[in-house]
Amino acid sequence: MSGLLASIVDGILVGSVYGMAAMGLTLIWGVMDVINLSHGALIVGGMFALYLIAAALGLSAYAILPSAVVIGFGAGVVLYWLAVHRMIGRAPLMSLLSTFAANLVLIGIGTALWGTVLFNVPVSLPGLRLGGYTFPGTHLMAAALTGFVAVVLYLFMQHTRPGKAIRAVAGNRVAAELVGIPTRRVLASAFGLGAALACVSGALIATMFPFTVLSGDAYQLKSFVVTVLGGLGNPAGALLGGVALGLLEGLVTPFMPVSWTSVIEFVLFIIVLVAFPRGLFNFVFRRS
Amino acid sequence: MTRWVRIAAAALTAAGTALGAAASAQAADTITVGFTVSQTGALNVDSLAQLRGFEMWRDDVNAAGGIKVGNKHYTVKFVSYDDQSQGARVQQLYTRLIVQDKAEFLFSPYSSGLAATAAVISEQYGKLMLTVGAAEAKTYELGNKYLFQVYTPADKYLTGALEGLKQKKADATIALVYSDDPFSKAVAGATREQAKAMGLKIVLDESYPPDQTDFSAIINKIISAKPDALLGGGHYPDGATLARQLHDQNAGIKWVTLLVAPDSAKFASLGDAADGISVPSQWAPEVTYKPNFGPTPEEFAKRFQAKFNTPSDYHSAGGYAAGLIFQRAIEQAGSIVPAKVAAALDKMDVTTMFGRCKFSTDPKSHGLQLAHEMVLTQWQKKDGQLVKPVIWPRSAATAPILYPIP
Repeated sequence: MSGLLASIVDGILVGSVYGMAAMGLTLIWGVMDVINLSHGALIVGGMFALYLIAAALGLSAYAILPSAVVIGFGAGVVLYWLAVHRMIGRAPLMSLLSTFAANLVLIGIGTALWGTVLFNVPVSLPGLRLGGYTFPGTHLMAAALTGFVAVVLYLFMQHTRPGKAIRAVAGNRVAAELVGIPTRRVLASAFGLGAALACVSGALIATMFPFTVLSGDAYQLKSFVVTVLGGLGNPAGALLGGVALGLLEGLVTPFMPVSWTSVIEFVLFIIVLVAFPRGLFNFVFRRS
Repeated sequence: MTRWVRIAAAALTAAGTALGAAASAQAADTITVGFTVSQTGALNVDSLAQLRGFEMWRDDVNAAGGIKVGNKHYTVKFVSYDDQSQGARVQQLYTRLIVQDKAEFLFSPYSSGLAATAAVISEQYGKLMLTVGAAEAKTYELGNKYLFQVYTPADKYLTGALEGLKQKKADATIALVYSDDPFSKAVAGATREQAKAMGLKIVLDESYPPDQTDFSAIINKIISAKPDALLGGGHYPDGATLARQLHDQNAGIKWVTLLVAPDSAKFASLGDAADGISVPSQWAPEVTYKPNFGPTPEEFAKRFQAKFNTPSDYHSAGGYAAGLIFQRAIEQAGSIVPAKVAAALDKMDVTTMFGRCKFSTDPKSHGLQLAHEMVLTQWQKKDGQLVKPVIWPRSAATAPILYPIP
């Protein structure tokens, strides 16, 4: 097992979780043309939900994940009605500002409640040893769960009524309304779904790395990069984009100082924005 | 009518003057020391420990009647703000402390980076500042009049670790992985030179962003480089995370010395991940310094534990020592005029519970701490519990060096 291969594999594992975070962002973007700047706050929300519930109930972190989904969905719906509902259809700047404001409020409340100290969820899972390198058990579990969630999401979007309704509203809202789909409720649940994905990815990140109330910004930034890589509004692309980003990080790190990784990522970001505005993976999946 | 008005005006003026005199007499009997604390942000854990040191000194000195200057006794008053671990806030708040709160003397914020920022402001306004929790030497090489460093400078931090390592394995290879902040970079720079001089080869030399939480890629790089020892780290959050992830990834390095983080009592919560990790320390409760004044190390440690219900560490000891040194300087100067206090500090060569203290008077490095020394402590399991004895220098050691670490 060479160092390079270990680095790449680990990059892919962690990248898939970033991909799931981006899935939430890109779903909301694709369905209602809203760039959710409170995405980072939702990720942190998931981290804290995991931490607090694990501490209160003493359960294993992974048993609490379904509750992160529920909390995320609820938070998303509330956020939609408070901050986003009236901004749909208006200038994009309005929803940007409104979700940004929501982000500031949420992070402010979080800082007031928990300060900015580092929190850690102790999760011990045996890792996988290959050669001299160990793949942490938490990384493996997180990637596996991400895959599971992605499959569930796909089945939901393709084969259930609510999922199809979301796709219909994303495709053509007026037509969807004409055929009797309750668009406002669908938009709210789509936002809730995006928020739930953000929350779950936050919870999974919390099982792997320590976090503070302010950690959301870094992951939100990564989500933007991944979203652009995968193509706006394309959840499957987002997952692939996350994996690709992780792969890139793993490929680059053994050869240059770690601090250069973000530089490479953002140079890639600019290149993709300019040369492939519809994302690298948009050609793989037909837009529904 | 006008006669009554005139009498009333005279009475009011008299009353006002009397009150004013009383008020200024009150104010004349306090010394205001200003500083910022990182109540929030990454430096929070270490900064609060330092604050507790300050507070314990203030409470001790006020309980004893205040600082004695000639016939007068000055009560010590603190004015402090939260700098959120950010340089920009330090800039604003120190200006406010000096201009608005009229702080007569200053302590620095915790950490070399923030102290350097505060030093710019304190020197601008000609205010005397004792820097605590700040080890970077460059701050004192920029030409200053009123800066005084309590901590041992950064370039001496890992000397003990290198010497101990050399004793255990003369041809040990080293991975130097450190946080990209002024303090850690200063330590790393000095360590690089010293390792080369000692004939120890550095096989990996890298910095990481201070807010890094995912060390898996770096750890894989470390494993690939196959070093005998890992030296580096930064402050508490990254150091603790690095230690935990090294353990999770079975890095199997025989010697790990990290800066700052392992010194906190909180580090023990890492359990097995903490076992064997050593940390250069400005002070440890077991040191056997014999102070010229103030409590002994043992007395300090005991009273601190009783007062705050948490063990003392070098951050809190440093804070307390800063207060002691400051108090001593004022008493020796017999005045609270900054220039006279500075002169007293320049002449000072004393030992407190923290160790020896002597400041450089060379204009090229004014205020640099010359006499204080570092110790190396290591987490070791004793009867199943994690304890942190001193392992270097051997003359001050209370336990054998554990090598290779578990």
